[in-house]
Amino acid sequence: MRMRAPRFALTAVFGMLTLNSAWADEVQVAVAANFTAPIQAIAKDFEKDTGHKLVASFGATGQFYAQIKNGAPFEVFLSADDTTPEKLENEGETVKGSRFTYAIGTLALWSPKAGYVDDKGEVLKKNDYKHLSIANPKAAPYGLAATQVLAKLNLTEATKGKLVEGQNITQAFQFVSTGNAELGFVALSQIYKDGKVSNGSAWIVPANLHDPIKQDAVILNKGKDNAAAKALVDYLKGPKAAEVIKSYGYEL
Amino acid sequence: MPLDASDLGAIWLTFKLASLTTLILLLIGTPIAWWLARTRSWLRGPIGAIVALPLVLPPTVIGFYLLIALGPHGWLGQATQALGLGTVVFSFTGLVIGSVVYSMPFVVQPLQNAFSAIGERPLEVAATLRASPWDCFFSVVLPLARPGFITASILGFAHTVGEFGVVLMIGGNIPDKTRVVSVQIFDHVEAMEYMQAHWLAGAMLVFSFLVLLALYASRRGKPAWS
Amino acid sequence: MSALIQARLQVAFDDFRLDVDLQLPGRGVSALFGHSGSGKTTCLRCLAGLERADQAYIEVNGEVWQDSARQYFMPPHQRPIGYVFQEASLFPHLSVKNNLIFGWRRIAQHQRQVGLEHACELLGISHLLARKPDTLSGGERQRVGIARALLTSPKVLLMDEPLAALDGPRKREILPYLERLHDQLQIPLIYVSHAQDEVARLADHLVLLEQGKVQASGPISQTLARLDLPLALQEDAGVVIEGEVDAHDAAYQLLDLKLPGSDLRLRLTHEALAPGARLRVKVQARDVSLSLADDSRSSILNRLPVRVCALRAGDNPAQMLVSLDADGTALLARVTRYSSDQLGLHEGQQLWAQIKSVALLG
Repeated sequence: MRMRAPRFALTAVFGMLTLNSAWADEVQVAVAANFTAPIQAIAKDFEKDTGHKLVASFGATGQFYAQIKNGAPFEVFLSADDTTPEKLENEGETVKGSRFTYAIGTLALWSPKAGYVDDKGEVLKKNDYKHLSIANPKAAPYGLAATQVLAKLNLTEATKGKLVEGQNITQAFQFVSTGNAELGFVALSQIYKDGKVSNGSAWIVPANLHDPIKQDAVILNKGKDNAAAKALVDYLKGPKAAEVIKSYGYEL
Repeated sequence: MPLDASDLGAIWLTFKLASLTTLILLLIGTPIAWWLARTRSWLRGPIGAIVALPLVLPPTVIGFYLLIALGPHGWLGQATQALGLGTVVFSFTGLVIGSVVYSMPFVVQPLQNAFSAIGERPLEVAATLRASPWDCFFSVVLPLARPGFITASILGFAHTVGEFGVVLMIGGNIPDKTRVVSVQIFDHVEAMEYMQAHWLAGAMLVFSFLVLLALYASRRGKPAWS
Repeated sequence: MSALIQARLQVAFDDFRLDVDLQLPGRGVSALFGHSGSGKTTCLRCLAGLERADQAYIEVNGEVWQDSARQYFMPPHQRPIGYVFQEASLFPHLSVKNNLIFGWRRIAQHQRQVGLEHACELLGISHLLARKPDTLSGGERQRVGIARALLTSPKVLLMDEPLAALDGPRKREILPYLERLHDQLQIPLIYVSHAQDEVARLADHLVLLEQGKVQASGPISQTLARLDLPLALQEDAGVVIEGEVDAHDAAYQLLDLKLPGSDLRLRLTHEALAPGARLRVKVQARDVSLSLADDSRSSILNRLPVRVCALRAGDNPAQMLVSLDADGTALLARVTRYSSDQLGLHEGQQLWAQIKSVALLG
């Protein structure tokens, strides 16, 4: 009896340590913050349909890049842009030929106030707001797209003193949703539910006002031999996932 | 020049923010610490715990609450608007407020310890030597608590310099207004500008080391109450 | 007795009650004497306002410092006191000089009756002015503490066991300075102590405290001789007599000491002193024996005619304590019960006291 308790504890600890690698059909995914809601919906179906398990980490693309370069255990990377996966590919961090566009982001100008944002975005020119929230254009594709839109509309100068930057699109959304910025460029996926804008008022920015926000996915070297990683990528390309992705306001 | 204008702007802004925050914290932290060190009120526990909260709360939690509280619908935001100040989120003022909250325990606790260590006796002696409580505070307590003030200032300053989560949440990353060094480093990393990130991060590392070195040096030869 | 210091104090702590009504003379040294826990320090702290008594009336020289009936409390820094703590408690960040003038600077110029030089000279600390407190010896620190209190030109000087933290030699170093204060200053001094030798040397008035109550209060010469107090039962029980120096016999090196208000004299071996000077001696009960007749054939130098005031059994059943009156001066004698019965001792009886030794105090 004396020996059993410690041995049991040891077994339990060891079991926990080896749990992750013990399940071969588990896939670790790094997911761009803007894709949080869709991947959660997709994960449910994916796990049900394939029996694999999906473990998602959400964050900023730049951060993921640094982590992947430094040995993070991710097997699949769903980026918020197309340049980062490409860069990783060039640097030999990915499984060759696995890169594909899983979604094209749609930019929206949004305010939680109903009727504040018109469907042409004229509100931007009216200049009666103090803060316009965007994602950091250096790090987030939605932020870059937002600056492109402002440039196209010749509003770069006029809005210069009003821009506030969130580090990622989630934070850009947060600034607006808490009312600290009157309006902001967000991902449509953040305000879109069941095929329509769920609250406030929004202008869905026409795709010709900015470079396409291509969101690319890639299988990383760590996921080379993982069946679940391959299965996830295939699943994302399938019709069931496409339906979900579209319902969140992404193009394909 | 490895640091560009925006880096230098961030450094200057950080210095301004940390200095102002430390100054304000010394002003408001001193009475709080004094009260905490001396009171026998039951409120001592709750107030002490509130002051210490930023020690355990993730900065993002503080930042998130500040974002909401200082926002146009928050109670602090309503107050600043009523005072004609507008809302202070995305402004230097907002950062100062956030930093004061965030760095509060790093100033209050060393002061409180210093005040407690002085004990009752010097105050009694001063009183019997005709010093009024205020007089006593300035002529006896302040000089005796000097090591505590040095520690509090260094920690308050350094902790504000190292602040990130709160600034991220309420700053809005505006150059020369809210883009401090820590955010600038994060920006560089995010944008994969690793060289610039290295330079700034390295500078910050050296700075932090020097600050801690100064702190340990100042703690030596602490005068004891005889 | 002109009671210039009145203090009625009631303080209740968790496990201790203080309930005293003190009437202390406005001059000389009043000792608050008692065991630790008797409440003497609390009394002193209440007088200073450092402790706030629940119920208190304190009046000094006609000025009310505290009157709980009227909700009046004069804060400590407004009370014209000097306070000497058990440990000198000098400010470590100030030099000796700046410690000394800390209080002095804070009183109005016209109220300054004690100057820095005078205080330094009284306490023998002039050479220490530039030093920092942590470089002083314990005795020096305490002398600086006393001088610092004096320099506030207090109306009352309060001392809380100022010697208790010092070892024997340091005590002996300080006592002469305290005696000088007693002799040279007009400031009444309230002195808390549990050391009988200090009290015997310094006190004029003795307040005996026990468990928060006043057991006795009166001039030291009378209080020490009271048989109803536990003091009389102590091994070193005795009386303190402050006599006046009279003639000196140079051949025998004998000094005559006149008992107060009497022609009776005590003689002790001592060099000459200026006639009229006051000298304090202690006569212990065990050194006093009684005889029905004056026995001039004895080697005992001091024989005084006395009257028996009271008798009581000692705490040892073989012994009796006898209080005596020698023309106005109280004496205490400890004799065996056997002798007491042999002599038929009774109240009012006239007999002779033979004093084997007289100890000079100071």
